[in-house]
Amino acid sequence: MSELDRETRDALAELLLAMADDEFVLGFWDSEWTGIAPILEEDVAMSSVSQDEIGHAKALYELLAELTGQDADRIAFGRPPEGYRHAALMNHARTDWAFSIARRFLYEHADAVRLESLATSGYQPLADLAVKMRREETYHLLHFDLWLRRLAEGGDDSRARLSEAIERLWPDAQTVFAPLATEAVLVDARILPEPLETLRWRWIDRVGALLKAANLPVPVNAHLDADGRTRHTEEFAWLHGEFTMVSGSEAKATW
Amino acid sequence: MVAVAPSRESVVWKALAEIRDPEIPAISLVDLGVIRRVAFEPGPAGGERLSVELMPTFVGCPAIEVMRQQIAERLADLADEVVVDLTFAEPWTSDRISPAGREALRASGFAPPVMIGSTFNGESLTVLPIATCPYCGSRNTTLENPFGPTLCRAIYHCADCRQPFEAFKPI
Repeated sequence: MSELDRETRDALAELLLAMADDEFVLGFWDSEWTGIAPILEEDVAMSSVSQDEIGHAKALYELLAELTGQDADRIAFGRPPEGYRHAALMNHARTDWAFSIARRFLYEHADAVRLESLATSGYQPLADLAVKMRREETYHLLHFDLWLRRLAEGGDDSRARLSEAIERLWPDAQTVFAPLATEAVLVDARILPEPLETLRWRWIDRVGALLKAANLPVPVNAHLDADGRTRHTEEFAWLHGEFTMVSGSEAKATW
Repeated sequence: MVAVAPSRESVVWKALAEIRDPEIPAISLVDLGVIRRVAFEPGPAGGERLSVELMPTFVGCPAIEVMRQQIAERLADLADEVVVDLTFAEPWTSDRISPAGREALRASGFAPPVMIGSTFNGESLTVLPIATCPYCGSRNTTLENPFGPTLCRAIYHCADCRQPFEAFKPI
């Protein structure tokens, strides 16, 4: 696929932006654990995982920039809060450790399902990147599956906090697979090898089995809010203020 | 013996072998296996262009830009123009580290990564609970943290020589 028509290019741009914003915003939220995680090893681990996610976001913004002739840094830092397209799952502050672990567990598996599918994308630059990212994400999956079991078996308090967080985040986690306005174009062009709704149910099966194995309740409500990627919160607006503080301090600077 | 002039590409590879990894200076970029291809080709402006393809170890590796700069500076005299492009056309894997590179890692206190083989299926990567201690060779070691001070490293402890040490992750 060398030349994309305008419609396909715009659709691909929408997909890349959604994926990049997921990684970017979650990377910033969890980087807040640096220095204050429950144990020293987790300071290092969360920092490393967050650095991976910001790195993935950068690579995706660069693919997008190449496609549309924009500047990757401007895309990352130059938009107002309402211009971001992350899933509603990333609208929450980091809250407590169990909440952050619950979110990471739900997101890492959603991202894994998405990347597995995109590894066979007809848009080769995206397929190549997905293949590379999957190798790194394997370590995230191992780590957060382990933390899920650790908190589930850790005692009444950690177990209750974890269950409540999963229950609370479940509806917003669905929105990682919220339909894109131009999704049909992507499926037709084989850029997206499967519809997002197919991926969502694969993800529900997978996390459901893992929750069951950890003796945790599996939420039953599978409702999906279609506006999950355009809804924003005060908490996100605050984070946006934090991560654009430096770039916004001198709008015309070259970094 | 007949003296054969080295090919121009081999001169480039030799120059690249002098550049150290910015984060682990014990190993060169060539032994790390991050150089995929070098080629002389006609440049767009009429001169000659030296094109280098660089494979990032990790997508988010912050050393990539430093590597690019070092490569461009080191090769500047070998062509009218030097272009260093990042490529993901095939993923860099830790299996690309050369035998000499693995030995250099070990000699500087890093356990080299275990070999993965070509059959990555999404679940075959893991940080093993034990690594061979690069200081004393003991296997009486434990994994302390699958994440370390840079994206590519894990942290272990050796119960025999009582040293913490780092291992390069299989990726």
